[in-house]
Parts: sequence; C-alpha cells; structure tokens
Amino acid sequence: MANIMVRKDAAGAYSFYLPKRDLEDAIVAMEFDSSEKWGGEIKLNNGGAYYIEPQLPPARFPISLRAKRLDAAE
Amino acid sequence: MSALTREETEALIQEVLEVYPEKAKKDRAKHLAVNDQAEEQSKKCITSNRKSLPGVMTIRGCAYAGSKGVVWGPIKDMIHISHGPVGCGQYSRAGRRNYYVGTTGVDTFGTMNFTSDFQEKDIVFGGDKKLAKLINEVELLFPLHKGISVQSECPIGLIGDDIEAVSKKGAKEIEKPIVPVRCEGFRGVSQSLGHHIANDAIRDWVLDKRDGQAFESTPYDVSIIGDYNIGGDAWASRILLEEMGLRVVAQWSGDGTLAEMENTPKVKLNLLHCYRSMNYISRHMEEKYGIPWLEYNFFGPTKIAESLRAIAAHFDDTIKAGAERVIAKYQPMMEAVIAKYKPRLQGKTVMLYVGGLRPRHVIGAYEDLGMEVIGTGYEFAHNDDYDRTMKEMGNATLLYDDVTGFELEEFVKKLKPDLVGSGIKEKYVFQKMGIPLRQMHSWDYSGPYHGYDGFAIFARDMDMAISNPCWSKLVPPWKQQPEVVEAAELPKAA
Repeated sequence: MANIMVRKDAAGAYSFYLPKRDLEDAIVAMEFDSSEKWGGEIKLNNGGAYYIEPQLPPARFPISLRAKRLDAAE
Repeated sequence: MSALTREETEALIQEVLEVYPEKAKKDRAKHLAVNDQAEEQSKKCITSNRKSLPGVMTIRGCAYAGSKGVVWGPIKDMIHISHGPVGCGQYSRAGRRNYYVGTTGVDTFGTMNFTSDFQEKDIVFGGDKKLAKLINEVELLFPLHKGISVQSECPIGLIGDDIEAVSKKGAKEIEKPIVPVRCEGFRGVSQSLGHHIANDAIRDWVLDKRDGQAFESTPYDVSIIGDYNIGGDAWASRILLEEMGLRVVAQWSGDGTLAEMENTPKVKLNLLHCYRSMNYISRHMEEKYGIPWLEYNFFGPTKIAESLRAIAAHFDDTIKAGAERVIAKYQPMMEAVIAKYKPRLQGKTVMLYVGGLRPRHVIGAYEDLGMEVIGTGYEFAHNDDYDRTMKEMGNATLLYDDVTGFELEEFVKKLKPDLVGSGIKEKYVFQKMGIPLRQMHSWDYSGPYHGYDGFAIFARDMDMAISNPCWSKLVPPWKQQPEVVEAAELPKAA
C-alpha cells in the first residue's frame, strides 16, 4: 500500500502523485468514475497501474489516499 | 557552432561514452539524451534521480545540503543548528548569498553557523545532552531568535540520537518552536530528498501553528514559494507582484521569517518559483487548505510577461489591469536593455548545467538576448522536471542528467559553446579551456537576476563574460601564429 495524491486539473482530468517516489503522472483510465462509485483500478500514462478502494467520489481535490500497486512501470 | 542534427548529437553522446567500461557505459547512456519536443514523457528517453556511480565525478550535494542549505537556512529569524561535526555547517556557512534584512546576531542569524561540534565522545555516548545544552545556550545568548531548527548531519542517524524528544523538551523549556529535521546526508541520492524532508518537517512542525487564529486577509494575498533571495532575487520579484496590486504575505524562504511561514495557509494563491524544492509543501497546502499553486518564471521579459498574466488570471480585473500596467511600464526599459546587448550577443550559444529550476527557467532569458541554449542538464532533477524542460528546449539539443565531470568537459569541447552556465566547480576548468563561464547558482556574486530589474543585470553580466577581451589573449605571444596576432589586435571592445 502506498500513499498517493489524486488531483483534478482545470480541464477535469485526474493526475496521480506518489510522494514517496516523487512520481507525477496523468491518470489515463479509472475503473469507476460516477457519482455513486469512484476509484477501482487506475492506469497511469507511464504504464503503471494502481488500485484504489472503490468509494464515493471525494468532495474536493486534491485528496490523499491509500492505493495498492498492481503494476509499476519502472 | 550550433544546430547539430539529431544524428550528430547522438553520435556525440556515443563518442563520449566510449571511454567507460561496459557496465558504466550502459548506466550513463540512460542519463544522456537528445531532446525531442514531440516526446510527451521524458522517462522514455532520459533517466533521472538515480544514485550516482562510484568513481565518476558528480557535483551533487547531500540531503543536509538540501535541507539546511536550501530550504531552512534562509529563514532569517530562526537559528539553524548543524547538529553533528563542525565541518558540514562551517563549510556551507553563508555560501548561498541568501540576502536578508536585519541585524545579524541580534534578531537575524542567516550568515551565522551554529553547530554542536560533535567529538568522539558524543559519538560514543550520544549527543542528546549536548543538544539540550546547546538549546539553552542559544536561548541565553540570542534571546531574540524566534525558533530553532535542528539539522541532522550523518552521525545523528547512524548513532540513533532521539533529537525529536530533545526538541520537544527544549521547546517547552524555552517556549519557542524547535523543529527536528532528519536530513542526514546519507539519505537519498542527492539534495533533492533533503528538500522533501525539509518540506515535510515544515508541514509537521510549523505550518499548522496558527490555524484558527485571526488574520486580516485581503482577496489579493499571495506567497512567494521557492525563491531563496539569492543576490536579492525575491525582492526583485516581490516588487512586481506588489506593483500589480497583490499583497505578498510570505517569502519562502529567502528573507523569510517563521511568522510568515505560519501565516502562509491564509493566502489565496501560492506562487511557486523553484518547483523542485518546494512543490511538496504547495501540494500539501492545496490539499489541506485548498490553496491553488502556480509555477511561474521571472527570468527575462518574455517569461515575466507570460507569468504575470498567468498569475493575474487567478484574480479579478483590477489585478489583470495591474499586470498589464506593470508589463507596459517596464517595456521601454526592457527594449533599451535588449537594444544594447542583443547585437553583441546575437547568435551566441550557451550550455547550462545547474540545479533545480534554472536549467529550464533561464532559457527564455537567453532567448530574449538572441542567444541559443544548446545543452542543458540538472544535478538532481526528477522526471517531471525533464517533462517541463523538453518543451522549452530546441529539437536535437543535448540533455544530460547528473552529468559527470568528464562528460561535461567532452561535451563542451565538442560543442564549443560561447558561454557555459554552471557552478564554481566547473568555472575554472572551462575558463582555462578558454570558454567564458557564469556561475548560475550564485549569479557569480552578482544579481538579482529575477524580475525586470534583474534582467538588466543578467544581460550586462552575460555580455561582460562573453565580450571580455581576455578570451583572445589565452595563447601566449610566442605560440601564436602570425595571422592570429593580427586577428587578436583587430577587435576593439566597444
């Protein structure tokens, strides 16, 4: 499990930040992104994949979350 | 000599790598790249933030340098104790020219060195008692200080001293904040982790201390983050922001105070100059306090105008009008500077090798003078820095990460730039090769270079370095070819 931060830019696109490794990247795909369910498997632009426990969409961004690494691209 | 093709640049990298043993060659090849603006992601072509290879000459610093030297050191009304042996503090004392206002030794302490001066017995028996004693001595001798930070040097982590406990106890006794910072030099691969650790220490021990307290705010409050006031840079930036109608609440950390830092969560926008060293705290404030942050660039009139407009876009029309007014006001001054220096500098080439933000931020300033940056590189950048750099640099230019002494020398020999911008360790190597060098860490004891006023000084300094008549006198008369003698006499410095 890793602490990550998810941001939402002005255009509404999500970006991913992993403080421990100073890794910043765009989120290209998110499994759930609706008003009831948010999170799940996320895919990064660099090819990495993480899993956020599906939950209600956060009220505001950026938000720090715990995420599980499925596949890190390094 | 300029504008190599992509193939020529690649061949140059291969040629330079030739001398390395197979394994080192493979590793170093990942850190050298040819720029391709079309490339979205830097990590496909350049690797950064990796451990330097033993045996190559790197100019990186350590985590202590990143924390004490860069982030904490300039906070003027705090006393920063270099906790450990005396050398780390003494040899880095006052080296970074972080200007500040105040009476040194009375209410400000920027250029002083405080150290616990570890001896053998402190290593054997632990240094906690010494630190506690030091804290009391500091309080007795310098009662006007506003707080203390304890900057750990390597031995503290190695012997496992509990500086947090000592700090908490001491803070209760003297009733001032004491911040333990675990920035032992061996942590991380470069000073970059020191910046991160320092930011985290500020987040945990400083930032939330005035939450809930009354603060007379205005809708135009901003803070300058990541400007260390080298040669007065932050002041040259601050006046522009104030002229356009903003109120600068805090300067992080050049000429900054502890109170300013504690008040920063009350601002409306964080203006981030050095992204590498302070993005961490900006991200934290964005999440916790909902303060947006914006990277800006105050090098050279083109970038300044762009940045002022981008900053103003976060505010209402009075600020937008203010930004235009500021840009218009300095326009004639900038035109005069460019008219004076551009004819002398047009077409000259530059290679850069600096630290956190300058390898990309100063490109615009050089371009305003008609110069071309043909190679750039960072000591301790991460991938996101290269993502940003690749858009600024021309196609097929050279990028080098954590470049070694040998590689940089070879690149300069082959590319023959008219100017190199790097640090003191490179300065005399290149000047003896006959290539002018300006230190881009300390502005070669000049400055400020930020802001409109700074650009005038920047242009003058670059011209001074390049047009200095000494560069034609490097070959002694008895070794000169007859026609070279004539050529050397011809150009008269105008």
